[in-house]
Amino acid sequence: MTEENADAIIRMFHVHKRYGAKFALKDLSLDIYKNEYLFVTGRSGAGKTTLLRLLYLGEEVSEGQVLVDGLNLSRIARNRIPQLRRKFGIIFQDYKLIPTKTVFENVALVLEVAGRKPSLIAKKVKSVLRMVGMEDRIDAYPQSLSGGEQQRVAVARAAAGDPKIILADEPTGSLDEESADVIMSFLDTFHSRGATIIIATHDKELLERGHARIIQLRDGQLWSTETV
Amino acid sequence: MQRFYRRAIKDILENRFLTAITVVTIALSILIAAAFALFFVNAGDMLNLWQKGMRMMVYLKASTSEAERLDTKFRLQGIAGVQEAVYISKDEALTRLKEQMQHHSALLENLKENPLPDSFEITLQPSARNSEELRFLAERIQALPGVAEVEYGQQWIQRFTHIINLFSLAGYAIGALFFMATLFIVANTIRLVLYSRRDEIEIMRLVGATDRFIKIPFYLEGMIQGGAGTVIGLGLLYAGYSALALHFAPGLAGGMIQLRFFSVGASAAAILGGTLIGWLGCWVSLKQFMK
Ligand SMILES: Nc1ncnc2c1ncn2[C@@H]1O[C@H](COP(=O)(O)OP(=O)(O)O)[C@@H](O)[C@H]1O
Ligand SMILES: [Mg+2]
Repeated sequence: MTEENADAIIRMFHVHKRYGAKFALKDLSLDIYKNEYLFVTGRSGAGKTTLLRLLYLGEEVSEGQVLVDGLNLSRIARNRIPQLRRKFGIIFQDYKLIPTKTVFENVALVLEVAGRKPSLIAKKVKSVLRMVGMEDRIDAYPQSLSGGEQQRVAVARAAAGDPKIILADEPTGSLDEESADVIMSFLDTFHSRGATIIIATHDKELLERGHARIIQLRDGQLWSTETV
Repeated sequence: MQRFYRRAIKDILENRFLTAITVVTIALSILIAAAFALFFVNAGDMLNLWQKGMRMMVYLKASTSEAERLDTKFRLQGIAGVQEAVYISKDEALTRLKEQMQHHSALLENLKENPLPDSFEITLQPSARNSEELRFLAERIQALPGVAEVEYGQQWIQRFTHIINLFSLAGYAIGALFFMATLFIVANTIRLVLYSRRDEIEIMRLVGATDRFIKIPFYLEGMIQGGAGTVIGLGLLYAGYSALALHFAPGLAGGMIQLRFFSVGASAAAILGGTLIGWLGCWVSLKQFMK
């Protein structure tokens, strides 16, 4: 690999992703830089979620190569995938909270899998939950929370491990204004602390928050890039 | 590690019903298999005891001279397999008989003449205590001049040995069967638990959990189930054994034979074995589930 840009934390080279005969992504090349704030936009079905999934090996590419923080994802050993995934904090479109675990346990999980000490885990979990305004619901189970509250817990979980990269798939998808604001300013905080933020969204309003690169996908292809 | 235990215990509590069924089924399997084992242990003891006390009686022809008797003794002691040959004169034999028949000795008092023959009581070397050797030995002794008859309790001991061997064969088969059954039960329980937690496992992986992190609680769960099932199975067997022993032991060969349960070491080994089966069952289902 040529090191054209040492500041790139993610590099995608001619990436194709097919589901059966259907292309979800076509010949996508993209560098994402350290501490960048990136929006991936496009209509429903354009390939935004697919792009994110390729980064943490939720899916494998059909063709092309992806590098994440120096790891070549086509050559990574199976037992090093957890290491790759700990570089990311992921906010899933469907939250993916564990229903049998409390809010606290859900957030603590990312720190437990990374082998952190219990005392540190308790402190860290409470601190991120406070940041999203969920410190009062620490012992609640996900099904007793509203959609917006679940989303906030999912965001707190994504950030709890101080990941290098935060991926957010439609983080404000179906949210009330207030929850959306809480979440966006939370992400801003982590951006200012040095994290790379990648947000997939079709929400036009989000894009007007400024100071970000916006790429647009159309039918799985990179259509346009602009920086605002 | 403590954290993994906590997760395993939490899992067990959340799946209380499934766990209970598994543990009870394992306990029953262990109970049946262990009951067989216990039977063999005690039957083997009995056989040993009988064999150890096994003697051969050599009856001499009437009107054997002193010289012939000494010659016979000398020859007997020269035969391989004979440990000791003790002479019992017919008078001695009669005295013994009278002692044994205490209450009916009056019958013997009236005898004009001692009807019993002179004899040798032969103790056998351990190597000679099997049926082949015994028969050969008996034939050789029978061929000695002066010997009228050789008597030993061979037939029924041989038959008993055959039965025990047959039983132990069945025992091994049953043991293997229950081993498989226990393995299968644990593997299935863990599979069900894994299946009911597949979303959770997937999420754990997505947030960077290693396979080890995911698997360890399941292994602990399997081992706890296997160990607990074995403890309960052995406990039930012990209870049953105690009740039976209390009733029947005094009647067995006039208290000569001591019934016994498994030693502490053997019980511990069994519990360890049950725990291992739990581990193995878990390994099987995890191997299928996690590919
Ligand atoms: N697991 C899948 N199997 C088959 N087709 C899929 C799968 N995931 C996505 N697709 C298809 O790939 C295309 C891109 O999907 P996606 O990345 O989810 O789009 P977006 O997130 O932009 O709405 C869509 O046409 C979708 O139907
Ligand atoms: Mg999507």
